[in-house]
Amino acid sequence: MAEPAVYAAFFILAAVTLGGAIAVVTARNILHSALFLALVFVSVAGLYVLLEAPFLAAVQILIYVGAIIVLILFALMLTRRITGERVRQTNAQALPAALAALALLAVLGGLVATFAWRVSTESPPPNTVPLLGEALMRTYMLPFEVAGVVLLVALVGAIILAKER
Amino acid sequence: MLDAIRNLWSLIYNLFPNLAQALAAFLRGTGLPGWGVDLLMALLSALVVVISVLLGMLGMTLMERKVMGRMQNRLGPNRVGPLGLLQPIADAIKFLIKEDIVPTNADRWVHTLAPIVAAIPAVLVYAVIPFGKGMAAADLNIGVLYILAVSSITTIGIVMAGWASNNKYSLLGGMRAAAQIISYEVPLVLSMLVAVMLAGSLSLGKIVEAQGGLLGILGWNVFRVPFGTLAFLTYMICAVAELNRTPFDLPEGESEIVTGYITEYSGLKWGLFYLGEYFNAIAVSAIATTLFLGGWQGPILPPYVWFLGKVLVIVFILIWLRSTLPRFRVDQLMGFAWKVVLPIALVNIFVTGAAITLWQAFVK
Amino acid sequence: MLPSYGVIGVFAIVAILFPLVALSIAWLVRPKKPTPLKKSTYECGMETFGDTWVQFRVQYYLYALVFVLFDIETVFLLPWAVVYNQLGLFALAEMLLFITLLVVGLVYAWRKGALEWL
Repeated sequence: MAEPAVYAAFFILAAVTLGGAIAVVTARNILHSALFLALVFVSVAGLYVLLEAPFLAAVQILIYVGAIIVLILFALMLTRRITGERVRQTNAQALPAALAALALLAVLGGLVATFAWRVSTESPPPNTVPLLGEALMRTYMLPFEVAGVVLLVALVGAIILAKER
Repeated sequence: MLDAIRNLWSLIYNLFPNLAQALAAFLRGTGLPGWGVDLLMALLSALVVVISVLLGMLGMTLMERKVMGRMQNRLGPNRVGPLGLLQPIADAIKFLIKEDIVPTNADRWVHTLAPIVAAIPAVLVYAVIPFGKGMAAADLNIGVLYILAVSSITTIGIVMAGWASNNKYSLLGGMRAAAQIISYEVPLVLSMLVAVMLAGSLSLGKIVEAQGGLLGILGWNVFRVPFGTLAFLTYMICAVAELNRTPFDLPEGESEIVTGYITEYSGLKWGLFYLGEYFNAIAVSAIATTLFLGGWQGPILPPYVWFLGKVLVIVFILIWLRSTLPRFRVDQLMGFAWKVVLPIALVNIFVTGAAITLWQAFVK
Repeated sequence: MLPSYGVIGVFAIVAILFPLVALSIAWLVRPKKPTPLKKSTYECGMETFGDTWVQFRVQYYLYALVFVLFDIETVFLLPWAVVYNQLGLFALAEMLLFITLLVVGLVYAWRKGALEWL
């Protein structure tokens, strides 16, 4: 199996991810929530590294932490007063929501734990980026171009929405 | 006799890797478990890198003040120690002993965390830079992407600083600085991609080796006209903008917006921002050397000497730019990024691609 | 592959500890005498006008928006750049199409004034 270092790293990263996620939904100040979300993204990137997907980990940090959290922070800072706005994170339906979430966790956890997962005997490739490049250009060419169209549509749509007076 | 000289020379040439191997062999000999040896070696390499860069940064602050002074026809600091060489120590002590003032109604935790979040990426970047042959702490095969990903965390630190200070000017300065950094990040990536295309790998070690070429000098990417030189220029422009240095230092311009997002910081927290900025400046120089100036490649002299020399040249260029050029206005700055540098960088990628394809067709 | 990331992990720990240790040393060494005047917000020596908030300027948000989309584009460019040597003209044409789509977006943003500062 995996070495103790990998186990230790996994547990630390998982703890940070879960703790951060709980903090995102329970923090009083919404900007703190955004920062805890950044922490969650970084530790998820660490989990990707443990899964031997370093490209994905780096892209996660580059896009999510570097671009999307900045976007969220800009949006928050432009629309709020800075000092001491406290957000109520719970309302009257907090308890049923928590129960529903726990039920979902039980179902998913039970499924994951009891399913007969097939484990591959091959080892992961040491250098994933050239393989990704070839796959993107050859096998997945059409989804790649469609992704370009989706990005264009997103850009145009967002500008229209933001610029309407 | 000749053999002895050759052995000595190869020892000096590979000085640091040899030292590292000797140390690792020694540690293994003492009976530590394998992972313990690896951990200690990793820790040691991290500490050595951080301390060397710290010394380099202190040297750079002094170099900047003296060189700027000379360019302005005056002497730089020369009171503290012989020729002012102890000035950085005096500055460091000053940071440590100043009182830390957190403004009322400022968000304490975020105010303290912001300089830490801004300083961490500045240190982490050095993990993949090859300081000499076989001298990268961790030569990842996604080296370039790692650098980009880690540098993008600084933006969050700056936004945190701007908002946590409960000061209009800090907030404005923080947002402007963040807007500037993100605007110049895309052309930065595009210019680095040229070096990646020429080497066929994201690993910094391989990019340096691909510049081995003729005589160890002519193979450097900057000499591959026109796309290599253009990529180097684009990289330098974007890097200076990312560093918030003159001529792109409007977010910190003292006369315009007080000191922008650093206004409400004092003592070591300010020192950490300052440290982060200089660490980043040296990192940018190191990356520019690795990607475009051939890294540690060069005839005759040992690789780490070449690397150090090239980094010094780029640092000097950064200081020179600061002394010479006036500051951009904020709308000029942003317009320049999106309307000039980005299109040029995009076109450059295609020129590089076309050139590579033509070269391959030609060679076959 | 993982041992290299172990080194990165150690680096990260050193990178996190370094500012923390520095701040702790400073905390031990420096004076702590806060007064209301020292802790007041700086506004060039005057009293502050009004609350601390910034006039809503959609420009900042638009820059971040365009940046997200171009950042994703560069992520697609990265693996392409790595295998470009082996792929040849076809890959160049494909990527040209992709980039053109995004350049159309950039030109649209430019014409609509999303890239102006004012």
